[in-house]
Amino acid sequence: MTTTSANAQAVTRGKALGGASGGPVRERRAPRRPVSTVGRVLGYLVLVVAAAAVLLPFFWMVTSSLKTNNAVFTIPIQWLPEDARWQNYLEIWRKSDMGTWIKNTMLLSAVITALQLFTGSFAAYGFSKVRFPGRDVLFLVYVGTIAVPWQAYMIPQFILMSKLGLSNTLWAIVALQAFSAFGVFLMKQFYETIPGELSEAARVDGLTEYGIYRRIMLPLSVPALASLALLTFVFVWNDYLGPLIYLRSPELWTIQIGLKSFIGQYNAEYALIMTGSVLSVLPIAIIFLLGQRYFIQGIATSGMKG
Amino acid sequence: MATTLEARRPGSRLKRRNTLLGLSFILPNFLGFATLTLVPVIVLFYLSFTDWNAFGSAGWVGVENFREMLGDARFWTSLRNTLYYSALHIPLTFAVSLGLALLLNRKLRGVAFFRTAAFFPYVTSIVAIAFVWNALYSPDVGPINHLLRTIGIDDPPGWTTSADWSMPAVVLVSVWRDMGYYMLLFLAGLQTIPTELYEAARMDAANAWQRFWNVTLPCLRPTTFFVTVMLTIGSFKVFDIILVMTNGGPGTSTLVLSQYIYDQGFVENDFGYASSVSVVLFLICISVTVVQFVVNKRRAL
Repeated sequence: MTTTSANAQAVTRGKALGGASGGPVRERRAPRRPVSTVGRVLGYLVLVVAAAAVLLPFFWMVTSSLKTNNAVFTIPIQWLPEDARWQNYLEIWRKSDMGTWIKNTMLLSAVITALQLFTGSFAAYGFSKVRFPGRDVLFLVYVGTIAVPWQAYMIPQFILMSKLGLSNTLWAIVALQAFSAFGVFLMKQFYETIPGELSEAARVDGLTEYGIYRRIMLPLSVPALASLALLTFVFVWNDYLGPLIYLRSPELWTIQIGLKSFIGQYNAEYALIMTGSVLSVLPIAIIFLLGQRYFIQGIATSGMKG
Repeated sequence: MATTLEARRPGSRLKRRNTLLGLSFILPNFLGFATLTLVPVIVLFYLSFTDWNAFGSAGWVGVENFREMLGDARFWTSLRNTLYYSALHIPLTFAVSLGLALLLNRKLRGVAFFRTAAFFPYVTSIVAIAFVWNALYSPDVGPINHLLRTIGIDDPPGWTTSADWSMPAVVLVSVWRDMGYYMLLFLAGLQTIPTELYEAARMDAANAWQRFWNVTLPCLRPTTFFVTVMLTIGSFKVFDIILVMTNGGPGTSTLVLSQYIYDQGFVENDFGYASSVSVVLFLICISVTVVQFVVNKRRAL
């Protein structure tokens, strides 16, 4: 019982962070106390400097992507290009297989996200709403593997994938990412906050467990599903090690591997590499800005020990 | 057998039904999870006692791999570097992200923007940021050293091209990248602390530092525990940022355990030996987690 209420708190917290529901939390925030003007100005100053320092590398990346190669490194630093070379953004498509890389990455991200959402939420329902012997031990095994770094078992996993004939196919990446314990954990944390009376009532009304999952749990857990979807999508998009080990043929490369090989091949084309870097970050930046509420909620929820 | 049991205990039929039902929900995920995570983790221990190579011929060699490791200078270098990285990365990230969370856990105009800015590096692609940072670090023409020279430092460090500075340079980038994630965890923890406690502390005339030390930190303990565990595991397994920024160099100055495993396995094709090194990484991560669990339990009493 105590865990359930703690989890309910966790989700309220997540919502408060994302700014979705301010109501009850706002009252519990710091009391209105006159903060000294000096303190306020100082706080802002620290924040503005910190934000500028954090974002500067991105600013430099974007402006450099519009320069000529010679203008990327100049003394003194040219923060803005003299005249923007937008043709860099055309040239990159000609000089690299950017189209193929983006297509592969999109495909992988979409398939893996769909699989992760389905298997993760399905398993989480089993773990949180169906009572059976051995359930908690099994869940402990799931959570325990979060403490085991992938780097420690990538060798046996690679041998296994090769035996299954999955090496050097996109399926290897799907198999690698689609069944993570993290997804189950995140969804279970959310389901625990849904009162058991709800499914109890549905059971009385004659709904099967699958019906309860589909007709009640899924619609209620849309915010959690959105969090999991965004986190998975971004994770797959940015993954470098999985594709590095499994995808040998250039036509299978993802954006990360492609960009890395492009850097190796055209190592003096600084401006063009910056262009490629911008393109590799851009889709994620857009998704992040649109759905950051869900990112923040997802991370806040996953950080709570159930 | 089953029928007689059911006849005696009416509840057991329901129990079996529930077990089947529960398993049917878990199965789709569990099949993938078991094949791709559990089985490899178990096989790892077997492999570490063999001389398995790329051609799949495996011979049992007992503890030979582990004996070889004791005299392997590159292994010790990678272990030392991993500890060096962790010793810098864990406290720095902890302090920076907690500091950010404390700054942002207030009513300030534009807090959402600052939170987004701090978190943004965490979601961006590692290859792109590695290239950008390497360019920023570039010893002769990079903006960072240019800045250092203008403020009067005539002999700025060589950053990723210098054996002494490469590790701090990498740590700086990973702190920059990770701080937003841990900041969010801390923020979530801070928002659970009841304001009544702060009010009571003020009544007792506690100053800001005393309030932080006697209210904030004790109330944050579940969060600090979780953050420390995640940070420690994350530091010991560090790999991709190093692979794309320095590839372990210059020399072996940033060679870490994970990269040594990768090199032995996928470059030298010595899967047996690579597995033994993996076992070391595995045991370090597990024992560090267990120790932190025990310490946390004891403090909670």
